[in-house]
Amino acid sequence: MAMGTLRQIRRRIRSIQSTAKITRAMELVAASKMRRAQLNALAGRPYAEKMRWVLADLAETLPLIEPEALHPLLQRREVKAMEIILVTPDRGLAGGLPSSMNRRAAQFILERGVPVRVVAAGRKGRDFMRRTGQQVVAEFIAIGDNPGYEEIRPIAQVVMQDFTAGLADEVYLIYAEYVNTVTQRPQVFKLLPVEPPAEAETARVDYIYEPGREAVLAELLPRYVERQLYGAILEAIASEQSARMVAMRNATDNANELMRDLTLVYNKARQEAITSELLDITGGVEALKGK
Amino acid sequence: MPLKVDIVTAERLVYSEEGVDEVVAPGIDGELTVLPMHAPLLTMIKPGIMRIVKGGQDTDMAITGGFLEVRDDRVTILADAAERADEIDVVRAEEARRRAERVLEERVSEEELARAAASLQRALLRLKVAERRRRRTGLRPGPPGV
Repeated sequence: MAMGTLRQIRRRIRSIQSTAKITRAMELVAASKMRRAQLNALAGRPYAEKMRWVLADLAETLPLIEPEALHPLLQRREVKAMEIILVTPDRGLAGGLPSSMNRRAAQFILERGVPVRVVAAGRKGRDFMRRTGQQVVAEFIAIGDNPGYEEIRPIAQVVMQDFTAGLADEVYLIYAEYVNTVTQRPQVFKLLPVEPPAEAETARVDYIYEPGREAVLAELLPRYVERQLYGAILEAIASEQSARMVAMRNATDNANELMRDLTLVYNKARQEAITSELLDITGGVEALKGK
Repeated sequence: MPLKVDIVTAERLVYSEEGVDEVVAPGIDGELTVLPMHAPLLTMIKPGIMRIVKGGQDTDMAITGGFLEVRDDRVTILADAAERADEIDVVRAEEARRRAERVLEERVSEEELARAAASLQRALLRLKVAERRRRRTGLRPGPPGV
């Protein structure tokens, strides 16, 4: 075999080696970002829990209230239009996660018989919805790996406005539920109208409400919606990072495997080259001897 | 029995202390003082200063508003992470809408909806096919070109 092929193989090995280095680095980065997102999600849990308790307590008297007097965010209407918040990664290289999110969202839209408005949180979802001609009414791109509560609130603002304005009669949240490192599942969650949790653990406390039950409820509900959205987005980030981590690990493994195979091919080619050179030399010597 | 005080925001637990004697908070209807054996209470609080008295020592904390709950000698403040600047949220929400609107030109006709649905159906099918192919060849997702 000619020297040219040898050089080509060597170049190939070197390029795969640098690819493997990159994918390995991306794997490590994703792993640390994932841990960060998980910690963030845990840190906000006490607040979410308390809020659920209080809301459950407040909700006990809800059946006694006239439907028209209910807080706007609690009002159930006939569903003529829907809105979804589609939470997806901004970037790719996250295995099958972005496409399975989009697939779930597409299924959701096709299943309903009513117009569905899309609020895109993440580039992958926005691009998909736009490409397929869906009604993207608001988009939030570059939320980042570590968003603050402040950055999430405008998203909640959009859907609460649309809901109270009657542009959407139900609002759903579609995000990647974090099951474990290797499993993330698209999850559909009803955000509006708010369905107060029915939890017995509140153990029925007779609170004094100041300035009053209704006023507290009115202040609490938007925060409850925001908090749910925030929690879901943190979970989606953990899912994205762990999907990326696994994808990058697979890529690194594949690259290493390829490198092993190529090294074998390279050695074989090198030996063949040496053998044929030796043959040339001995052939030459034999020829001279014959004289 | 002394009080246990927790301050939590949507992002994290900010403060947690046991053995507190007295809490003075900026309630929505004026300043309120919580002593041990207080009746269960849920009140809104305004942005302001909260004083926590423990063993004769005062600690002042800036509070951005939210709720205060008292129950069984536990005081929990569900604090807003920062002062709620609702105008800022509204502005950002409007920006997000405008970004989307630039592409979306008032398409609500039946025909447009049908076309979008068809397009979605096709995309869904493509995704499904891609998924199946990936499973069959046993190719794991990875970056292109490896």
